[in-house]
Amino acid sequence: MKMNGADIMMECLVREGVDTIFGYPGGAIMPVHDAMLKYPIHHVLTRHEQGASHAADGYARASGKVGVAVATSGPGATNLVTGIVTAMMDSVPMVCITGQVPAHLIGGDAFQETDVTGVTLPITKHNYLITRADEIAQVVREAFHIARSGRPGPVLIDFCKNAQLDEIEFEYPEDISLPGYSPPDHAPMDDVNKAVELIEAAERPVILAGHGVQMSGAMEELRIFATKTNTPVSMTLLGLGALPASDPLSLGMMGMHGEACANEAIQNADLILAFGMRFDDRVTGVLSKYAPHAKKIHVEVDPTEIHKNVAVDVPLMGDLKTVLADMIPLLDEYDHPQWMAQIAEWKAETEERSIMSWQDDGKLYSAHAIRAMWTATEGDALVVTGVGQHQMWAAQYYEFEKPYRLLTSGGAGTMGYGLPAALGAWFTDKEKDVWLIDGDGSFQMTQAELSTMMQEGANVKIVLLNNSYLGMVRQWQELFFDERYAATPITGPDFMKLAEAHGIPAKRVTKPEDAMDALEFAKNTPGTVLIEFQVEKEELVYPMVPAGAALNEMLRRPIKSEK
Amino acid sequence: MQNTIVALVEDKPGVLNRIASLFRRRNFNIKSLNVGNSEKPGISRMTIVVDDSVNASQVEANLYKLVNVIDVQDVTDEPAVIRELALIKVSVTPEKRNEISSLADIFRTNVVDVAQDSMTIEIVGTEKKIAGFVELLRPFGILEMVRTGNIAMMRGAMAGKRYMPGKNGTEEQKQYSALSFS
Repeated sequence: MKMNGADIMMECLVREGVDTIFGYPGGAIMPVHDAMLKYPIHHVLTRHEQGASHAADGYARASGKVGVAVATSGPGATNLVTGIVTAMMDSVPMVCITGQVPAHLIGGDAFQETDVTGVTLPITKHNYLITRADEIAQVVREAFHIARSGRPGPVLIDFCKNAQLDEIEFEYPEDISLPGYSPPDHAPMDDVNKAVELIEAAERPVILAGHGVQMSGAMEELRIFATKTNTPVSMTLLGLGALPASDPLSLGMMGMHGEACANEAIQNADLILAFGMRFDDRVTGVLSKYAPHAKKIHVEVDPTEIHKNVAVDVPLMGDLKTVLADMIPLLDEYDHPQWMAQIAEWKAETEERSIMSWQDDGKLYSAHAIRAMWTATEGDALVVTGVGQHQMWAAQYYEFEKPYRLLTSGGAGTMGYGLPAALGAWFTDKEKDVWLIDGDGSFQMTQAELSTMMQEGANVKIVLLNNSYLGMVRQWQELFFDERYAATPITGPDFMKLAEAHGIPAKRVTKPEDAMDALEFAKNTPGTVLIEFQVEKEELVYPMVPAGAALNEMLRRPIKSEK
Repeated sequence: MQNTIVALVEDKPGVLNRIASLFRRRNFNIKSLNVGNSEKPGISRMTIVVDDSVNASQVEANLYKLVNVIDVQDVTDEPAVIRELALIKVSVTPEKRNEISSLADIFRTNVVDVAQDSMTIEIVGTEKKIAGFVELLRPFGILEMVRTGNIAMMRGAMAGKRYMPGKNGTEEQKQYSALSFS
C-alpha cells in the first residue's frame, strides 16, 4: 500500500505500542501532526517543547514504556534539548521526533533550520536524520530498540519534511540489523565466581542500589540477595524504592544529602556491591577518600561506567537482574553480627536527629508537609519532584515502600522537571495517584504547563513548598558565601489566584496543624488541586557533605535542643 | 608513550563526527586518526592513536557504546604491524641533491617528485623511522610535510587486547569483524 512518510511514521509508532505523544506543532512537522488524526494516538499539546520532553520522560519513567515527544525544526527542536539531557543523564527511554527542512535545503540556513542531529549528538544515546521516506520504518524500529534496551536513553529522529510528504510502498521491516549494538546480559561466570569469593570473605558488606535495579526490574533479586547475605542496602536518589524503606536492611539514601547511617556504612565497609549505579559525585563525596577499606564489585550494563569514577575489583558487565539471578544460587547465608550491631547504632543515631523527632515549635517545616502527605497517601503515591531542597526533603521524608514511585531529575538536576513530568506520568494510568512536590522556584520555571493540565483534565495533586527563595542555592550561600544571597530571593505570583485562573481548587497552609486537612482536601477533590505550603524560609537540607569532603564528613542536622 | 586502537565502524554519514565528538566530550586527546576502507564493503577501519594520559579501556568502552562501532581492539603492546606514510618536500640545491638522494636510499624511501629547487620523498615506516629521517632532512630545509598517521594490523591470527569480557567478540560481531579473533 502506498503511504506518505508521515503516515508511515504513525503506523510504525502504533506498532511500537505508542498511544500518547507529547508535542508542539510547527511548519516542518505539520504532516506528522496531520497524520496523527488517522491513528489511535492522543497528542498532548504542551505549552513549551521543554514540557513535551519532560512529559515524555515522566511517561516513560512511570510506565517503563518509551516516551515520545514531537516538535518542529529549529527552536522547536532546541527547546526539547533540556528534556533530552535530563533523560540521558537518568537513562530514560525516550524517542524524540523533530521536523527538519526538506533534505535539499539542508545546509542552506533555511527558515527554522538547525543542525539538530549535531546539537543532540552528545546528549542522545543515538540519533538519526531521515532524508527519504524509505528509511522511516527501519529507523523507527531501531530507535525504539536502542531507546529501551541495554542502558536505556533518549534517541532523536530528525525527520525531513520531504520524507514526511513522499509517498512510497510501505513495508514493515521484520528484522533490525545493528551489528555494533549488543547490550550484555549475563556476566562471564569467571567474574561472577570472583565476586562470590569476595562476598564470602566480607565482614562489613554494603549494597549500593541505583536506578539500574528498577530499570532492569531486579527488585526481587535485590531483596533475596540482601536477605540471604544479610547485607544492608543504601540507595541512590533514583534507586529509592528498590528496597522498601521499612525493610530492616534498608539504610535509606546515600550521598551528599543521604542518611548518615548510609554514608557511615559505605565509608566503613570492607565490601561494596554497586548494583546498577555509577558512582556519581553526588554519592561519593571526594573520591580520594571514598570507601577506603572496601573491595568493590560493580554490576553494570554500560561498559563505560566500569572504572570511570571509582576503580573496582570485580566488574560484572551485564543486565543486573540476570547477573543477580546467576549469582544468588552460588551464595550461602552469611551473618555479620558485629557489623549489623554497628549499623543498628548508626541507624538509631540517625533517627534521633530526624526532624520528625523534633518537638513541635509551631513553625511549618517542609518536612511536616511531606510527612503529612505520606500519611494522607498512605505512602503509596507516585511522587514527582522538581529540583532543589524540596527534592531532597521528598527523598528523605517520603519513605518509598514500592518501586517506580519517585520521578525526579537526578543526574541533570533539571529545575522545572516536576510539573510536566507529573502530567506525563498521569497519562500512563489516569487512576494513579500522582502527587507533585515542587519548590516555588522550580515550579515557576514550567508553570505554563498548568494550562496543558487544564486542557487535558489532568489529575495531579500539587504540593508547593514555597519559601520565597531558590533554597538550595541560598543554602550554599549561607554556608559557603557568607550569607550573601545573590539572586536567590524569589517572588512568586499569588498561587491561589494562579490556581483559580486555571480552574484549579487550591488551599494555602501556613501552620503545621492545618497541613493534614489541606492534604485530605487535595486527596478527596477530583482533578488537579494545588496546596501551597508557606514554609520556613531559611531551612537547610541536612545532612550535607560539603564539596571536597569525605562522604562521612557531614554537616549533621542539629538535635533540636541544640538549635 | 601512546595507545594504538583499531576500530571497525559502519560506513555511514556522520560516523566520523560521532567518534570525534566522543573524543572531545570525554577529553581523550587524539594524536592521529586514520580512516579508510576495510576488506568488507560497508565497513570502515580506523586506527586511532591516543596519548597515554588516556585510559585505553575507557576509550574502548566508549567507542563500543557508539551504535555504529562494530569492533575495537587495543594493539599497543601486542604483536602488530604499525606503519605510517609521510611525504616530505625538502629544499635542494644542485650540490646537495646527491647527498639527499643517498639518504633517501639508505632509508629505502621513494623520491616521488623532483623539481628545480625541491624534492619530494615518500617514506613508509614506523613513527620512529620517519622521525629519524625527518631529523636528517631538517638541516636541508623541509618545505612541507604530510603524514597519514599510523595504521595497524595484528600479525598472523593474533588478536589485540580487549578489556570488555562478555561484550567483545560476540557471535554477531565476529561475523562482521575484519579483525582476526583468537
